[in-house]
Amino acid sequence: MTHQTDDTNGTSEAETLRSRRHFLEKVATITFGTMTLTLFPGWSGSDEESSGSDGEKPSNDDQPPVFGYLVDTRKCVGTGKCLTACRVENDVPDGCHRTWVERYVHFKDGTVQVDLVPETGYADSDMAAINPDDVERAYFVPKNCNHCEDAPCNQVCPVHASFTSPEGVTLIDDERCIGCAYCVQACPYGVRFINPVTETADKCTWCYHRIMRSEAPACVEACPVGARIFGRLDDPNSEISRRIAKFPTHVLKEHLGTRPTTRYIGISGEVT
Amino acid sequence: MGETPFVFPNDPNVTWSIMIVLYPYITGLVSGAFVVAALYHVFRQEVLEPVARLALVTALCFCAFATLPLLLHLHHPERAFNIMFTPSATSAMSVFGFIYNFYMLLLVVQVWLVFRPEIVERANSCSGAVGLFYRVLALGIREISDGARRIDAWVIRLLAMIGIPASCVLSGYVGFLFGAVKANPWWSTALMPVVFLASSLASGIAAIIVLYLFLCWRRRVRPDAECVRALSRYLWGSLIVAVSLEMLELVHMAYESGAQWHVISTLLTEHLVVSYGIVQVLIGSVCPFFLLMISTRPQLPARAMTWLSGLAGVLVLVQVLAMRWNIVVGGQLFSKSFRGFVEYPLHWGGREGLIAAAVILALPLLALWVAGKVLPLWPSKEA
Repeated sequence: MTHQTDDTNGTSEAETLRSRRHFLEKVATITFGTMTLTLFPGWSGSDEESSGSDGEKPSNDDQPPVFGYLVDTRKCVGTGKCLTACRVENDVPDGCHRTWVERYVHFKDGTVQVDLVPETGYADSDMAAINPDDVERAYFVPKNCNHCEDAPCNQVCPVHASFTSPEGVTLIDDERCIGCAYCVQACPYGVRFINPVTETADKCTWCYHRIMRSEAPACVEACPVGARIFGRLDDPNSEISRRIAKFPTHVLKEHLGTRPTTRYIGISGEVT
Repeated sequence: MGETPFVFPNDPNVTWSIMIVLYPYITGLVSGAFVVAALYHVFRQEVLEPVARLALVTALCFCAFATLPLLLHLHHPERAFNIMFTPSATSAMSVFGFIYNFYMLLLVVQVWLVFRPEIVERANSCSGAVGLFYRVLALGIREISDGARRIDAWVIRLLAMIGIPASCVLSGYVGFLFGAVKANPWWSTALMPVVFLASSLASGIAAIIVLYLFLCWRRRVRPDAECVRALSRYLWGSLIVAVSLEMLELVHMAYESGAQWHVISTLLTEHLVVSYGIVQVLIGSVCPFFLLMISTRPQLPARAMTWLSGLAGVLVLVQVLAMRWNIVVGGQLFSKSFRGFVEYPLHWGGREGLIAAAVILALPLLALWVAGKVLPLWPSKEA
């Protein structure tokens, strides 16, 4: 898989979303299924463990794929490469974040410290120095949109600009969005923001323009340790399905009933 | 176990500004003022006759500008009508477009019917541009016989009866807009719509008291003491209900001590001390409670009662504005990480600044002044 950023390949995300939106409104789901067969000639890949993306061919090609996202916090070392990749790939303005990485430090005295990993990475950063002898345990938690099945952002959007694609990706139609920011308020995870350039709501799309070309999201591809895993949940042999089956996973703020599709390995209750 | 502050990286900004504070405030004034008019038209509270027309026109003037703060807040105001063209049935905000328009239409029709006899009389008696203006306002209907007036009165009463639940829906719905956001523990409570409804009534009644006394002073007319006293009683009652509900909500949160209570208690004790503790509770709730308790005593001289009621009215208006502020802005002062707080830098200038807010609050009053020039706001015996 290659990291594609040029205009020709990239069929800008907005353009993709527009056509998708139009498509969704006009075409029945079955027709869509047929289309996806063309769009997904194969999910072949050989480097899924390192890149975190799935390589297995789906077993049920007449339905839209069901995507999922898994974060293995045991692997994340806070390189920040995912953050830079996301910003470059999606042209995220400074001060806005489609993804970020939190550092959780549990001290022996019971104190919990949470801070943000800079895009330049944890190593050699100016993050608060910590005496390892004082630390009980520590870990990094990458965050992005949870692409909830019962997304409150979609529910509150007054103009249908926020919606979930058939593949389970929560998207924003920036030609419809009126910029009321109700979705920003409704998202329990703080992943939405008003893009100061487009003046519309913005957030992680799992690099929709990439995944529809059978590529991994930029953050997944950039992660050098495979802490971010993206793939098809409807394929039991996919990397993500196998890991979810093997390890206990958690979702964020489960009590709110938003049913996030982004799952985490290795976090406990203090992660919000 | 202690925690260091941490704010989600997209949270540093308060997304909903003072404009979203003004929007429920103005909507509440509309609902409350309308209810004052309805008390006269539907419940035959003749004592309120001196303010009935004023209340109705005030409701219309504020309603005309209720959406202006929303438009200023929208990042794409040119797409505002998408709320009507491509509405989402699951969105509370989307439903507002329809409720607001229905209510606005109802108000316009009712105001027109109430003032129709005077409009027709002026259309008949005035000439030139003034006469043309009133002829346009009359919409070509010049019939003001006793029979026609009876029909008008019947329709006015019917519209007022429909308007009462409509105003409850309008102000309650605004509360629902916040109460339904489960991501925010300061907003997410079933009591929120009821709290907004009760405080809307209080603010509307307070606004009518203050406007009536001010306009009487401007016209050098002695205010109708019985009318003011009756309004004070209604204000006292609605204030008691509103504040009780607000306190109940808070006590419930504190007693339950849910997972996010530590955030809310810090919010109240460290970030909203002035706007909540001092302005909303002490100055806006406790003071007018005692002022109104005294002013509603029958043996109190009319002049003293008028002054006390006016002062209480101003304080209640401040209370409700502070309550809107504390809900809207207060709910955004903590990060959704529930580990840190942010500041809201309020600027003078800009589309969502203090000056724009002051202009928005002044525009309905300007409209009311214009309406007072065009329509007779006072009963004929007083005019």
